Amino acid sequence: MGRPAFRRSRGDGPFRFASTAAGVALLAIMAAIGVFLVVKAVPALQANTSHFLTELTWQPNATKPAFGIGALAFGTAMSSLLALIIATPVAIGVALFISHYAPRGLASVLGYIVDLLAAVPSVVYGLWGVTFLVPFVQGPWEFLNTYFGWIPLFGGDQVVGRSMLTAGLVLAIMILPIIAAISREVFLQAPKMQEEAALALGATRWEMIRMSVLPFGRPGVISAAMLGLGRAMGETIAVALIFPATFTISFRILGPNGNSIAANIANGFGEATPIGTGALIASGLVLFLITLLVNMGARFVIARRKEYARAAA
Amino acid sequence: MTVETGIRPISGSRRAKDKIVQGLVYLAFALAVIPLVSVLWLVVKNGIGRFDLTFLTHSMRNIGARDAGGGAYHAIIGTLEQVLLASLIAVPVGLLTAVYLVEYSSGGRLARVISFFVDVMTGVPSVVSGLFILAFWVLVLGQGYSGFAGGLALSILMMPVVVRAAEEMLRLVPHELREASYALGVPKWRTIVKVVLPTAFTGIVTGVMLAVARVAGETAPLLLTVFITDSINTDPFSGPQMGLPLFVFDQAQRPNVTAVDRAWTGALTLILIVMLLNLVARLITWWRSPAKRGS
Amino acid sequence: MAKQIEVADLDAYYGSHKAIEGISMTIEPRSVTAFIGPSGCGKSTFLRTLNRMHEVIPGARVEGKVRLEEQDLYGSDVDPVSVRRTIGMVFQRPNPFPTMSIFDNVAAGLKLNGRFSRSQLESIVEESLRGANLWNEVKDRLNKPGAGLSGGQQQRLCIARAIAVRPQVLLMDEPCSALDPISTLAIEDLISQLKQDYTIVIVTHNMQQAARVSDKTAFFNLAAQGQPGKLVEMDETSKIFTNPAEKATEDYITGRFG
Repeated sequence: MGRPAFRRSRGDGPFRFASTAAGVALLAIMAAIGVFLVVKAVPALQANTSHFLTELTWQPNATKPAFGIGALAFGTAMSSLLALIIATPVAIGVALFISHYAPRGLASVLGYIVDLLAAVPSVVYGLWGVTFLVPFVQGPWEFLNTYFGWIPLFGGDQVVGRSMLTAGLVLAIMILPIIAAISREVFLQAPKMQEEAALALGATRWEMIRMSVLPFGRPGVISAAMLGLGRAMGETIAVALIFPATFTISFRILGPNGNSIAANIANGFGEATPIGTGALIASGLVLFLITLLVNMGARFVIARRKEYARAAA
Repeated sequence: MTVETGIRPISGSRRAKDKIVQGLVYLAFALAVIPLVSVLWLVVKNGIGRFDLTFLTHSMRNIGARDAGGGAYHAIIGTLEQVLLASLIAVPVGLLTAVYLVEYSSGGRLARVISFFVDVMTGVPSVVSGLFILAFWVLVLGQGYSGFAGGLALSILMMPVVVRAAEEMLRLVPHELREASYALGVPKWRTIVKVVLPTAFTGIVTGVMLAVARVAGETAPLLLTVFITDSINTDPFSGPQMGLPLFVFDQAQRPNVTAVDRAWTGALTLILIVMLLNLVARLITWWRSPAKRGS
Repeated sequence: MAKQIEVADLDAYYGSHKAIEGISMTIEPRSVTAFIGPSGCGKSTFLRTLNRMHEVIPGARVEGKVRLEEQDLYGSDVDPVSVRRTIGMVFQRPNPFPTMSIFDNVAAGLKLNGRFSRSQLESIVEESLRGANLWNEVKDRLNKPGAGLSGGQQQRLCIARAIAVRPQVLLMDEPCSALDPISTLAIEDLISQLKQDYTIVIVTHNMQQAARVSDKTAFFNLAAQGQPGKLVEMDETSKIFTNPAEKATEDYITGRFG
């Protein structure tokens, strides 16, 4: 054979190159998202006659465009926080149910049922929310307003189904599975050694969980909640159908207020002028940066604990 | 301290607390299942009425919101084409990235950065991926709205899911298998193609199906990239298309009962497709799991 | 506080697999009883049936009777939680709670059971740490995490944690198998001291250890792999090691198998 011994196979170089290039392409896409959003946002921002970060109204299609992210960013933050407050305790309960309470044979099936919540498309939640949940919650929300109206959040003269709290509730249902799934994996990885140590001291099941499972799982639950928060902030179609699309800042979560950056993009895109489209892209850029920060934060918390890496994948 | 004898029962308050927490944990699970049951029940109940041959074989051309009839044929065609195109882009890129991370990178700096951003990418809101393709493909490159643009937007959402699924499967392939192949003088790339990938094949297929299920229900990116049409457009490379989630969104926004009925039936069709993909993927995993094979 | 344990015709299962069969014995108070035998003979399983830790494993169950001074541990009205509070346990590998300080680790069991004032807690923690021969080594860093101690210190911390709740019996499942020889010696000294106050049962793989620390020794064996483990004989440690009644015991002790 004429060729020298121990030569590298001819296929290896190209294959290595292709796989490396694919990985680099992913990084390039992430960078391109930022770059192209900026490129298309700048002309609209330059045409803006108001201050983008503080203005509440959204009139980019007018001859003198005036628009700002203020009310939208508030709505995104408010609805996501409500979702997080509702979903996290339930998700921790679900995770504990599957990791430490459910009969062992059933646990994985029950876990799969909760995972199915994540498989329902966003638009179906929106349809369900607007046709079933909105009329359904009218009564309970009026009850909250009547008896707990002294809490400013539940106060106000008007109580409607299409409110901030309803949107928060739908978002909570949508982010519940991811928080529950990650928490469950983390709770299952709690060292059996410490669980037995607690039981051998005469701890009840709850005391055992409080002594050995929850302290171990806390960072995992925190990052799970942050990932859930990121999801809630980016969620679009479900809330676009539910929000009354107002441009106000109001803490009355039962009143006819509510909008979000993502919902505004879905609702406003159809009739947008070029400046209007640019304005929506500018708002999307803000959303991208916020979710990027939240997600990087969550991943950072997870990355510090190697044992969580698998759970959150 | 007093000498205690016998087994002292634990205090009532401790026992009560234990029972209360147990009750709360069961309640939490019930709370999580109620919306699922409610959604599925209403989708089936309200959707089944129009779930007929007309719905599956007709478009919405020349059918107003108040008119009965019409269907989602154009939307189903659109969704299938868009998801197929998204998969054709995302699966090779995702698979190659996973191969890089597992087989070639040896844990260097670049690999850590890629791995981190793959995780971050899973958190990119779907509406942002739609805006990106809108800005890049439709506006800057001037390519116009099309099914392909929708496929591009969906592929961005699919890629990180495929990478993670494939990566996990590749890491499960025993190292001995690779060494056995190297020992026979097989070059690395042929080892990957002929030994590693086939071993991980079913696992990767499962991951891809779950990724497809995830993006098939996405509405926001399509809204910004394929636009909306009532007509059948089988060419994903030119002109606006429809997608099944878009169809549901479009019909749900109309005030007429006939339109909302169509939205429910569209939702039923969509959920059937998504759940079927999910179920088949899980069944493959379950069927392939070591516990089941007993080895 | 020490109590006598009586076991009558006890079987233990993992699912459908019977791990031990027909065990009866009496464990004397204020003494050290050692369980020896080859791997898989069920001695650890048996130990875990004595404080109802066996049933913590999903699918595991027990048949038969265990009495602590006439009280049946497996009686229908007996709460396993209170059994474990009365019969303490030390595990094969030291398992302090990683998020708790040394002080909190020792106080963990106490805090579960009623209210103690800070000064009461402090005195019990000190007493328990002294009882576990650890006080002098850790008294200046009680607020540091328990995970920062050496393996032998962690195991003594776990013993202090177990005796802080003043159990009547202390079960030890190969407490020295993860430790170096010097730490092992420290634990063995401690066991000799503790038997003044407690009934101690220790599972060990190390026959010299059994000979050194125990008053009585029980030898367990199994007929074949997959068969349930059984008690072969139980007697004074000196007799077991010099003149056992059974051939199997002698074979095991002299190293002919196991």
